[in-house]
Amino acid sequence: MKIYLTLFLTFMRIGGLTFGGGYSMLPMLQREIVERHSWVTESELADYYAISQCTPGVIAINTATFIGFKKSGVLGGIFAALGVAFPSLVIITIIAAFLQNFADYAIIQHAFSGVSVCVCVLIFDSVRKLWKNTVISKSTTVIFGFVFILSAVFSISPIILVALSGAAGVIIKTLESKNKEVK
Amino acid sequence: MILLQLFFEFFKIGLFSIGGGLATLPFLYDAADKTGWFTHADVTNLIAISESTPGPIGINAATYVGFLTDGLIGAIVATLGLMTPAIIIILIISRVLEKFQKSSLVQNLFYGLRPASTALIASAGVLVIQNAFFVISASGISVQIPHLILGVALLIIVNKVNLHPAFYILIAAVAGIVFKL
Repeated sequence: MKIYLTLFLTFMRIGGLTFGGGYSMLPMLQREIVERHSWVTESELADYYAISQCTPGVIAINTATFIGFKKSGVLGGIFAALGVAFPSLVIITIIAAFLQNFADYAIIQHAFSGVSVCVCVLIFDSVRKLWKNTVISKSTTVIFGFVFILSAVFSISPIILVALSGAAGVIIKTLESKNKEVK
Repeated sequence: MILLQLFFEFFKIGLFSIGGGLATLPFLYDAADKTGWFTHADVTNLIAISESTPGPIGINAATYVGFLTDGLIGAIVATLGLMTPAIIIILIISRVLEKFQKSSLVQNLFYGLRPASTALIASAGVLVIQNAFFVISASGISVQIPHLILGVALLIIVNKVNLHPAFYILIAAVAGIVFKL
């Protein structure tokens, strides 16, 4: 029972500290889930993000469910997902009830200008960590380059890119093992 | 009755919006037209609020619209509705992955997926950088120098001192208020 509470509270903290979309959750996940609790590895986190982007639903919920399940099964997944959503539920309800013009206050706008700069820096730092664990060879460097350009410059859908990269992984590995056999 | 409808409406949104919170927005506009529970202006206001509060955008959206429709219970029901399909689908995928984890096909698949995942996050980062450091207006693109200075300062701090990310965010928020960014 205690692990479910730990999962809920950990993900509650992560949800309360995530500003923006599912991507801005990555620095918190690396800190809390990979470094502090060692529930999943950096590479597994990359797997979950890849799948979360091509399946229905909010990326943050998908990733939380994956990690919760990995740690302690179906209930773990559910508790982690509920934890990540909980702070939103509380904060947004308060704002919707009492502070409809919340976003118009100058002090809030200034604070969040600062926060958005920080989110950039943190994502940059996270990508660097992820890079070390996922871009590990010539072929993975090529995949990274292709996907980055196709996504950032040509806005190709992540679903297509993930499907192609998965196929590329299978083809590259199959060819590599064939080459070894020949030698 | 409205609660059941609300749950179902958000269940559908959760099921059909792929690629994160922003993908839910077109569905929300659609639901506004169809149900009349809230207006387009509410959705626009919600985006502004979402950008200045913690929490995933999709969840914020469901909570906000749910609250407007039927108070606190509405907020809870809409949020749970949005989450339910995602949780079910991910749990099924997790089960399958667990079973085939050791298979070389799955391992090879992930060999290709991992760098792609990093690249997709980096690409999302580019968009975030655009929004944080540049102002795009009719007269062209201009760099916001104070934001850039804060960014460089934070980059140095992040590399020199190993703190919980929340502290960096707090520092940035205070800097934003003090220097009126």
